[in-house]
Amino acid sequence: MDRRTFLKAGAGVAAIGATGGLSSPALSQGANARTLRFVPQANLANFDPIWGTQYVVRNAAVLVWDTLYGFDERLEPKRQMVEGEEVSQDGKTWTFKLREGLRFHDGEPVRARDVVASINRWMPRDPMGQLLRAINVELSAVDDRTFRWVLSAPFPKMMMALGKNATPMCFIMPERIARTDSFTQINEYVGSGPMRFVRNEWVPGARAVFQKFDQYVPRNEPASWLAGGKRMLVDRVEWVVMPDPATASAALQNGEIDWWENPITDLVPVLRRNRNIMVDIADPLGNIGSFRMNHLHPPFNNVKVRQAVMTALKQEDYMRALVGDDASLWKTLGGFFTPGTPLYTEEGGDMMKAGNLERGRQLLRESGYNNEPVICIVAQDQPITKAFGDVTADLLKRLGMNVDFVATDWGTVGQRRAMKNPPNQGGWSMFHTWHAGADAINPVVYNAVRANGDGAWFGWPNIPAVEAEVPNWLAATSLEQERAAIGRLNRAAVENVVYCPTGFFVGYQAWRRNVSGIVKGPIPFAWGVSKS
Amino acid sequence: MFAYVVRRVLATIPVMAIVALFVFSLLYIAPGDPAAVIAGDQATPDDVERIRQSLGLDRPYLVRFGSWVWDILRGDLGVSIFTNLPVATMIKQRIEPTLSLMIVTLCLAVSIAVPMGVVAAWKVGTWIDRMVMGFAVLGFSVPVFVVGYLLAYVFALELDWLPVQGYTAFSQGFVPWIENLILPAVALGSVYIALIARITRATMLEVLQQDYIRTARAKGANQVSILFLHALKNAAVPIVTVIGIGIALLIGGAVVTESVFAIPGLGRLTVDAILRRDYPVIQGVVLLFSFVYVLVNLVIDLLYTLFDPRIRY
Repeated sequence: MDRRTFLKAGAGVAAIGATGGLSSPALSQGANARTLRFVPQANLANFDPIWGTQYVVRNAAVLVWDTLYGFDERLEPKRQMVEGEEVSQDGKTWTFKLREGLRFHDGEPVRARDVVASINRWMPRDPMGQLLRAINVELSAVDDRTFRWVLSAPFPKMMMALGKNATPMCFIMPERIARTDSFTQINEYVGSGPMRFVRNEWVPGARAVFQKFDQYVPRNEPASWLAGGKRMLVDRVEWVVMPDPATASAALQNGEIDWWENPITDLVPVLRRNRNIMVDIADPLGNIGSFRMNHLHPPFNNVKVRQAVMTALKQEDYMRALVGDDASLWKTLGGFFTPGTPLYTEEGGDMMKAGNLERGRQLLRESGYNNEPVICIVAQDQPITKAFGDVTADLLKRLGMNVDFVATDWGTVGQRRAMKNPPNQGGWSMFHTWHAGADAINPVVYNAVRANGDGAWFGWPNIPAVEAEVPNWLAATSLEQERAAIGRLNRAAVENVVYCPTGFFVGYQAWRRNVSGIVKGPIPFAWGVSKS
Repeated sequence: MFAYVVRRVLATIPVMAIVALFVFSLLYIAPGDPAAVIAGDQATPDDVERIRQSLGLDRPYLVRFGSWVWDILRGDLGVSIFTNLPVATMIKQRIEPTLSLMIVTLCLAVSIAVPMGVVAAWKVGTWIDRMVMGFAVLGFSVPVFVVGYLLAYVFALELDWLPVQGYTAFSQGFVPWIENLILPAVALGSVYIALIARITRATMLEVLQQDYIRTARAKGANQVSILFLHALKNAAVPIVTVIGIGIALLIGGAVVTESVFAIPGLGRLTVDAILRRDYPVIQGVVLLFSFVYVLVNLVIDLLYTLFDPRIRY
């Protein structure tokens, strides 16, 4: 091919394109109304809700996989796949019966043996599952719809364990898939939930598509979070991943998307000015911000130093740095659990709300703090941790501590916080994080409050007085007993400063006005949502 | 010529080997742990360690490197730690949007920048020249994401002429395909236009001083013919070189542009993989980018012969 032929060929290709003759027909308006386009909080990078415990995976998984029980909006576990259950007199044997007509997306019926395999896969990865595993005698299928669980001790929180919405949830998968080791990722996404996962349209980092499962049999009760009838009113849900909030905002205003899970606070006024857009609180259970201190090494192996920091910090500073001046979006905490939930208590929590810098300085002097460096690792790619880190660095300096501020990314924080080495040998002194309020509702699900040394969350607090109350809560048979145990736990956790909460905050969600049925909750529930 | 091409293609092998070694080693020593990211925030240290073992991340450097190289030699780029999808599949899913963006940007940039540079050289010292150079400075100075936001605000939100975000495959029609690419291409192309326009102007100024241009004028050739046939053709070699070098600029710019316009391309794939420490994906994409860059340089070298018949390999 000579130069002239080459150039002519190029011009020819451009001309064909310019005719527009290659266009495909546009979707009809009806099809558009049956497709819900949703911008999730993050990228759906994997789709195994047991292997990967990120919230975004859980949020997608509830569409595809069903659960035996489900939490309703009062945080009470209700039957979902289960038709009924019987507990033996001694509380050690549970017999469950599945609802009739449950089917997986591959057309196979849901059988008891699928449930047994699914529970076996879930147990090693979940804090409540691990408790059950420790007292497990036999979990077996009796017939296609019945399974029995024999335990060595009563477990009154059984339905809570199987129906909680904290990750990892006990999702039911076909036996052949559920037999995969819980630390190995599955690669077949077959559930019995109200939507099928359209695997061939999944572009990780960009898009995930769910198609209505026509054979799904919803319960008769009205939907309430994960409980009741999960009725899909749209045929197709498209998750569109948008890393840039400004783009998501523009796309929502332009009608290119229908629902945005977590608009940032800065953009909310812009969205509110648009008459086609609704903005409301996303999850009333919100989030609890925190920073954790390393209890293994100086200076935070000294309880007096930890107390000095907790006494000096003002949660209000953190909340204003992150959320802004709208005080309806945040509150300060006197306890470790989610405010507004049954177990929230401020018993012994005065120190948390002290905000007294002078008293903090005095405690620091009394502690014998010897100017050891505080290695403060702060993920800069997470707006929450970045804002918290800046406030903490300022606080510690004003308190008179020697701060070594390590600005890094979340991936590095994830690695470094697992290291138990002294801070000057690659370890750390403190890092910032946050927890979904829906997870911080009891001491088993909320492992951040645990203080069982090596078994505890990063920072490895070892405080027997805290741990002593966990079995008391588990064994409690009334809410009063539960609250009493949690009150004592809260007091011990504050006195010994398991970690420092930085405040409770809620976020927004936004959607187009032609979308209805969106509820406030810890998960963006797509059932009951319709589009006109 | 054929022997030259074969030699150049063979020369890519050691280049790719060095790139592979560097990429793998840098990722090995870089902080961050995909197991911690996978395990989630609620995971215990034991969970993280067990996931690390299941991913083979606890194996020694040489074992991991050897295994990766062996897989690559067999044409297997590995499997993403996070998605469990083959890296080749993920690249295949993402290559069309990036390629489309780059092609449209390239066409747009060349078709705007070259005439701009030519006109600026022709009208050197006038207000036209100053305007072109002013635009070039602006193009260099304003970040791509700022241009992107401004374009999206004006043409998508205010005028509603074009979509804010996304990508439509070419197979679904030319019009939807190009609609989604116009704004990103203009945003990404702004730097590129500035670069090419400046080089074109500088090279044209030099060529326009040559004797053969004066001869052409003396023969009565018209201005368009002098500028675009006689001068531009002789200025083409440095311009084409800059266009080739600029491909690297485009690859870098695509990362930002794809994020701003939510285009599911290789740039976003790379950023996501880096943030999550998805080693097989990072390694695969960097190898691909390196290969493309080597290939582009080869194509540019071959294009010289189209513009300057005196060049022979």
